[in-house]
Amino acid sequence: MGELQIKKQAVKYDVVIVGSGAGGGMAAYMLANAGLKVCLLEAGPLYDPAKNVTQLKNPWESPRRGAATRFRPFGDFDACYWGWDIDGEPYTKTAGTQWDWFRARMLGGRTNHWGRISLRFGPKDFKRRSIDGLGDDWPIGYDDIKPYYDRVDELIGVFGTNEGLENDPDGKFLPPPKPRLHELFIKNAATKAGVPVIPSRMSMLTKPINDKRGACFYCGQCSRGCQVYADFSSSSVLIKPALETGNIDVIPNAMAREVLTDKEGLATGISYVNKDDLMEYQVSGRVVVLAASACESARLMLNSKSQRHPNGLANSSDVVGRYLHDSTGADIGGVLPQLFDRKRYNEDGVGGMHVYSPWWLDNKKLDFPRGYHIEYWGGQGQPAYGFGMGIQSMNGKFLVNGKQKEAGGYGSSLKEDQRFFYGASIGMAGRGEAVAFRHNNCEIDPNVVDKYGIPVLKFNVKWSEHEINQAKHMKETFKEILHSMGAIVTWGGDDGPANNYGLHAPGKIIHEAGTARMGNDPKNSALNKFNQAHDCKNLFVVDGAPFVSQADKNITWTILALSMRASEYIVDQLKKNNL
Amino acid sequence: MDRRKSLKAIALGTLSTGLLLDACKETDKKADPAKTDASTAGKIDRMPEETDHFNKINAEKFFSEHEMATITILADIIIPKDDVSGSATDAKVPDFIEFIVKDMPEHQTPMRGGLRWLDLQCLRQYEKSFKDCNEQQRIAMVDQIAYPEKAKAEMKPGVNFFNLMRDLTCTGFYTSEIGVKDIGYAGNKPNQWNGVPDEVLKQYNLAYTEKENKECVSYK
Repeated sequence: MGELQIKKQAVKYDVVIVGSGAGGGMAAYMLANAGLKVCLLEAGPLYDPAKNVTQLKNPWESPRRGAATRFRPFGDFDACYWGWDIDGEPYTKTAGTQWDWFRARMLGGRTNHWGRISLRFGPKDFKRRSIDGLGDDWPIGYDDIKPYYDRVDELIGVFGTNEGLENDPDGKFLPPPKPRLHELFIKNAATKAGVPVIPSRMSMLTKPINDKRGACFYCGQCSRGCQVYADFSSSSVLIKPALETGNIDVIPNAMAREVLTDKEGLATGISYVNKDDLMEYQVSGRVVVLAASACESARLMLNSKSQRHPNGLANSSDVVGRYLHDSTGADIGGVLPQLFDRKRYNEDGVGGMHVYSPWWLDNKKLDFPRGYHIEYWGGQGQPAYGFGMGIQSMNGKFLVNGKQKEAGGYGSSLKEDQRFFYGASIGMAGRGEAVAFRHNNCEIDPNVVDKYGIPVLKFNVKWSEHEINQAKHMKETFKEILHSMGAIVTWGGDDGPANNYGLHAPGKIIHEAGTARMGNDPKNSALNKFNQAHDCKNLFVVDGAPFVSQADKNITWTILALSMRASEYIVDQLKKNNL
Repeated sequence: MDRRKSLKAIALGTLSTGLLLDACKETDKKADPAKTDASTAGKIDRMPEETDHFNKINAEKFFSEHEMATITILADIIIPKDDVSGSATDAKVPDFIEFIVKDMPEHQTPMRGGLRWLDLQCLRQYEKSFKDCNEQQRIAMVDQIAYPEKAKAEMKPGVNFFNLMRDLTCTGFYTSEIGVKDIGYAGNKPNQWNGVPDEVLKQYNLAYTEKENKECVSYK
């Protein structure tokens, strides 16, 4: 290595944004369109789903037939670069605790492959402490954010139906797709079991909304990115139009090292390492916006110590890195004998479920405080690695075309079995709200650095009995629904107290939030209600970090709405010379 | 040592199984990696790290010629040609298995050890490796390990191996062009989703509600 130099960019930007996912993409879109000069740093390469294509490929076009790798943990065709295990970027855990940390490294971040489940938080979701005494209330309520949800719906596009539900608010919806066959069975069975089933709310364009994006053509492969931009990815829907304003420079492969501050403790820019040339750079701006993901943003703040910010940037409250929580998750799978030997037709639909179940019960009558929603899947999917495996657990259990067979086997009889069982699988997953606790945190590991020399995060998270009891309830509900439709459970049915009823390890659902929570009191929150740091007025955080709690709703739509709101606040405050 | 000759010798009953083990420790390094069907990488979006990984494992050869010959025979027993579709080898399943054990190293020992277990069983029962058995003997051997619930306890390692071999063969076959056509997957193409076809709704005595028909997107 030659002499180490720090290259300072001559340009001074109005805003420097770290991270290009939902929060950073929305900030880039809003600020660039407001005429501000923006620099967007992304730790991975550029990506455009129209050019970086894995969509509409056949399984044999992957040598591993779509199986997962370390590079693409959700499968070889999945759009997301990296995941649980990135070369040279480790993290650590306190012994006896659990956390799995998924990190995307690409323009658009995880929005390139996410499930597009686009749910608004409801009025109760902002006031949980007032309801159950746990956690804290948000400094804002539903009415504060509703106008932004409406605008996000219209800007990005989301399908669904207005059901008038108290805590699952109506929106500006495009028409949803009709349920698939297994979804009709699920709907009938769940309804009988007292579980409501309504059209899902997801950000795919069932109708065109402008001339820049096409309409959905129902290949069911949103996780691969869409060549016609018919689903929401930050890369295609926010950053691409932001670039067209000419007001934004995107710097890819830029791994942020720390937030730079001046003597007064105000943010002046970002120092980063360029992953291509391994040189050190600094970029300066009047405002710094962090959107690197809840944990990466906390890591940046904690790694940005100075005389004015000895406990990490904007962390006099000591809450940065704390209150880390993920959605709960538990799943089950089975087969629906009615669907054996079924007629073949294309039922790909949109990438994911056409119906779902919003939380339907009153926690006052239950032994856990927060709710969950249920996601469903099944049917005649595209074969991928894993398809056809485990036939010995099926073909001895059910009559195949009227014949009792011995489990296992081979030959033309086996081929008959595979055809007979295809398309009959069914499954469901609960995704629920965990309680955010101060003691569940990530902090800087004093002993470990990544390959760029940046100190890494050490996680310290444990589920409480609240989440475990919720998972138990999920499993009981799933079995009831499956039983009610005559389905047979094939996996996930034997969970018990020994494995927390199949509750996934925290982090696994990839909805991490809470690490720089907002609040009115600077003593117990890092940000105010406009995502602005209490201790550093020109620092904003617009990813999952500001969340006080995360509801039983996927957090992306709320990240987008809050980022839009914070961006307008930034524009306003800059105009007033307050920043 | 020429493995083919050594196995022939074993078949004649003149060598101990210990020698067979030694003989098979050598791996055949002359194999032509270009023969594998894994060369499609690169047509889909890849990170440089993925391309490097692919090139590295694709240049390696894991199974010996003897092992590949055994895998090929087994794959075609598991998925033979029938009146709907071709066989596992028609779908290049053995090449897929060679690739996937390099991509998923956890399969390597169960596959290698399972193949060896199979040869030793055949040697004991028929004084030949599986590959050199006649068709009747091969099927008689497979019948002892293909049915987990009725297999004898001492056949358990073979049952586990055959389960894995059947899994990899099925998954390789049904993710090939021949297999996808056989199973009848009808998607992966642009279309307009109008709901479950009417005749299918009728078959299951189902109907969309008025609300669904009114609210959901439909195409003419």
